[in-house]
Amino acid sequence: MSDFTAIEQSREAGFGDYVQLLKPRVMSLVVFTAMVGLVVAPQPVHPYVAFVSILLIALGGGASGALNMWYDADIDRVMRRTMGRPIPSGRVSEGEALGLGLGLSGLSCLMLGLAANWFAAAFLAFTIFFYVVIYTMWLKRLTPQNIVIGGAAGAFPPMIGWAVATGGVSVESILMFALIFMWTPPHFWALALFMKDDYSRAGVPMLTVTHGRAATRRHILVYTVLLVPVAFALAFSSIGGPVTLLAAVILNAMFLRGAWAIRQRDEAEAEADGYRIEKSFFKLSLAYLFAHFGALLVDASLRSFGVGGWGWL
Amino acid sequence: MALNREHDLHRRRLGRNMGLGLVLGALVLMIFGLSIVKMSRLEEGKLPASQETSQ
Repeated sequence: MSDFTAIEQSREAGFGDYVQLLKPRVMSLVVFTAMVGLVVAPQPVHPYVAFVSILLIALGGGASGALNMWYDADIDRVMRRTMGRPIPSGRVSEGEALGLGLGLSGLSCLMLGLAANWFAAAFLAFTIFFYVVIYTMWLKRLTPQNIVIGGAAGAFPPMIGWAVATGGVSVESILMFALIFMWTPPHFWALALFMKDDYSRAGVPMLTVTHGRAATRRHILVYTVLLVPVAFALAFSSIGGPVTLLAAVILNAMFLRGAWAIRQRDEAEAEADGYRIEKSFFKLSLAYLFAHFGALLVDASLRSFGVGGWGWL
Repeated sequence: MALNREHDLHRRRLGRNMGLGLVLGALVLMIFGLSIVKMSRLEEGKLPASQETSQ
């Protein structure tokens, strides 16, 4: 083999590969929910400080994504959905991902402490710890409830956004957390239903693998039912309003209908139409969360004009 | 066979270095902007309660 072919075969990472390590699609959810948490908080934040804080929360989320890819490289190599990621495809080494993840974790927490307050910074550090150590290293490979408890990590960003503005925690920020926390299991279990071989091949104890697919369908319905009161409690809280309530009525009706349809089906039916209902439920779940937080944003904007919220009725 | 100067490997390295340069530049600007905002708010005495603990 000549030097030339050696260079041809080397997979030198491009800048985009390092961006991929930060899971940009997950970051978009983090950015949006953290921004809503910050905007709906009662204390105003300087626009530049708010912008920087959201950027740093997103960076912290990205850092935990890189650490997740570092630790999960072995199962990412096996799963169809993840084998194209930078580490399994050989473009980035595991050590590079670890270094990037640790470096960005430290930088994002330190900078958030300086930009906003140290409570928000500690909260971001705890979120990274929870996602990487509690979820990725411990629960993900241990229990079929991995998604339920691990979902907390994805639910913290609006609380961090709220903490940036207020320096603390309140009922409203806990309700925003609870909405994402209860939404996560149906969202991921729907994905697990139509990504059928992936988790079993990787040996990840997803509910579909340990308890079967019929049980997973039942669990989706149960968690969707439990999600409804949380959505309405948020709508009637001080950060909710008529727009959030309207969104809650429509979105929860659609979500319940989807979960019921999933519950009523068996595997043969699902196989026959290529998991059409499960896939549309998964897409609906994404819209559910974005629309819910979008409605909170609309109510907050209306409140600033003196017409939103429950006070003016 | 001679190596082409414009080999894909060089393009990737250039892209990576440019990207890192831009990120570091953005970081410097971000910290500079934060310093300006913090100092001007300190002068105005407008720092909110949540941020007083970090000073």
